[in-house]
Amino acid sequence: MTPKQLTSESFARYPAEGRKLAASKVALLRELPIAFVPFLLKEAIGYDWKFPAERRELEQQFAYLESLPFRERARQMAVFTRLRLSPQLEAAQWVDAPGQFLEQLSAHLWATHQMDGFRATSESYVEKVFAASPQPTPPVPRLGIAVIGQGVAQKRYALFRKLAREGVYFRQVKPRGGLPAILKAVNARAAAHQVPYGHWYIDGGETAAPIDGAVTRVSYAALAQVRAVLSEKMRKAYTSASFSAEALRTLLAQMGPEEVGLNPKSADAVLDHFKVSLLTEGSGTQIFSTTFVQWAAREALRRAQPLTLLSRYAPRQREKPMGELLSEVQSKPEPDPDGSLIDGDMGAYYTWLNQQRLPGADRASFLVWFEDHGEAVVVGPAFPRGTEEHRPVELSELLTKVS
Amino acid sequence: MAGRGIALPMSKKAVVVTFGGGARDDETFAPDGQENIPHLLNDLMPRATFFSQVVNRGILGHYVATASLATGVYETFNNFAAVPPDYPTVFEYFRKDLKRPTSDAWVIAPSNGFNRIGESGHKDYGAGTGAAVILPKRLLAAALPGGGAGGYDHLLRDNYESAVYSPAVGGHEIEMQQLAEVLKLSVTDFAAHAKSLASPDELSVYIARQLMRHLAPSLLWITLHDIDIAHSGTFSLYLDGIKRSDRLCAELWHAIEKNPEYAGKTTMFILPDFGRDSDMSAGGNGFQHHRTGDAVSRTTWMMAMGPSVRQNVVVERPVQSTDLVPTLGALLGFSPRLSTGKPLTEVL
Repeated sequence: MTPKQLTSESFARYPAEGRKLAASKVALLRELPIAFVPFLLKEAIGYDWKFPAERRELEQQFAYLESLPFRERARQMAVFTRLRLSPQLEAAQWVDAPGQFLEQLSAHLWATHQMDGFRATSESYVEKVFAASPQPTPPVPRLGIAVIGQGVAQKRYALFRKLAREGVYFRQVKPRGGLPAILKAVNARAAAHQVPYGHWYIDGGETAAPIDGAVTRVSYAALAQVRAVLSEKMRKAYTSASFSAEALRTLLAQMGPEEVGLNPKSADAVLDHFKVSLLTEGSGTQIFSTTFVQWAAREALRRAQPLTLLSRYAPRQREKPMGELLSEVQSKPEPDPDGSLIDGDMGAYYTWLNQQRLPGADRASFLVWFEDHGEAVVVGPAFPRGTEEHRPVELSELLTKVS
Repeated sequence: MAGRGIALPMSKKAVVVTFGGGARDDETFAPDGQENIPHLLNDLMPRATFFSQVVNRGILGHYVATASLATGVYETFNNFAAVPPDYPTVFEYFRKDLKRPTSDAWVIAPSNGFNRIGESGHKDYGAGTGAAVILPKRLLAAALPGGGAGGYDHLLRDNYESAVYSPAVGGHEIEMQQLAEVLKLSVTDFAAHAKSLASPDELSVYIARQLMRHLAPSLLWITLHDIDIAHSGTFSLYLDGIKRSDRLCAELWHAIEKNPEYAGKTTMFILPDFGRDSDMSAGGNGFQHHRTGDAVSRTTWMMAMGPSVRQNVVVERPVQSTDLVPTLGALLGFSPRLSTGKPLTEVL
């Protein structure tokens, strides 16, 4: 099938809203090259479970393409049109399974040394779309907060090396009442700026209280049952006679909330799909809570573009040395607070980087705190880069400055 | 073991150590990373010529990239397929041109996916003409009760790039009993020793040292893989893998220096197969993967040391990872005629 053969009925298997969107754009889709259309269809097929910011961006992308005169659109699509595809790819089910098609396309582009050109063209295209589609200014400057190092009595690692270059390193933060102060600040922002999926709290353990109902919450502990169901399904897939890596990836990609034990009548199907995607698309998120928090924060920022994001790291399970794994006596997983502190330190840096990729980065702030200890870094327009502050300071004071 | 026989010792030997989990400059030779590599930096660097820009223009998957290192051609097969490289490997060139027996070329590789790396599918070379491949994790599985089934899945996982375990596949792979015979090591002792080690890479180096002691091969290729735990997203475990690789490289060099079969006539090359994604690439997730193809993921370093290699020299011109095989050819005296790389004159 070629894009020119697309009709409104081609999307009959898409969820309702995605079907409607794709059908309304069929005239445009028919004019685009086969190496490009599946990128749009992958977004359309998941449209029903996308956050408002993602929906807006997809709609902007369609609007941008529709706004281009025919010749200019053909010019921008020229590199995609010229990509050499294999007959197998051209015969693939790219309408019903655009995600799988894109995986195969990626492998093909690597194997045929077309990946570098493809990557450069894609980046250029995305820049043009964003330049033509002004992003809304956030109603309040974004604030990211990362809390790391839970359970660490004494650190043996030089913290905040990367983030300290970007802001002020506070060496004497009064830790008492720190977490409640952070929760209070998050709740206050959620109450003051009511935006759907605008305020998030991601925890690598149990969600701390009190947290406002308007704050979108995701926690590793709350997904324990989902992780168990998922692990069992993966184990069965491994031992299946028809096992293959591709089959497993397909299985994971198609898994919805109801397949992993979440309530199919949930009031928030969008969030449930997001939670499942963290475990089916993330690497290591099923096993390590620190990876879960970092990846969840990345995905929340990329997809939901929140105004407030609190990510709190809890100790992940310790990676056992080989000798211990070979031991006939297997012990229960133990926590690794020291390793988790290092994971959290890098995770916090990545969260800041991801926050800075969003509109309004020049006004955004970020605070990372070594939980229950006296060290924090604050990055933001009011905090000079690469400086240190040694006077005693309350965490609540820092929060007031960045909120 | 077909092809084994009495071989006259060569006057030159080579040991190649690759990190089959890409390592970034950020966590190795860049200022922030230097604390992770004290042995490479302080012990080996002063003895080495260091190439600061080794560019890999091929596919950034560990098996296909390591195969490309070993053939000197950017291979294009599916990284997760159990296929031999299309082009002749360094082991085949070495053995054919220099008429060396099987026992003179060995590969120690992480696990299942690498079992075909010892010899190519090329019509002029292929089956029986390359290196014997040892897969320590597979050997361990064979030595464990129940063939490693049960509670050892996590340890014996095939690779960190894919969430899956590959099925067992054939190749010129050494079985446990064969290895026990060659290394004069009982299966029980092997399993017992494994229990004293911290990681699969330590097992690989243990086997390498046994091979050096008992067979003293002239061409030995070791691919370390602990670093690739980075795919799990745990930065601390990735750093642990780098620190372990750093220590193991120094141990190998000192084993070379202490072994009369190797001392004074061995050139050792150390290089990651490629890097990992940049923190600045929005399409990636930093150190976790190597999927973007950005400059950081394609660029790494290489260290060479040996009797004819100049010490404490840094080469800043960009070279390619495919240059390794022609360099080995020039060094040992064989002709890698199909390689697209160029000999690195700085170490010849």
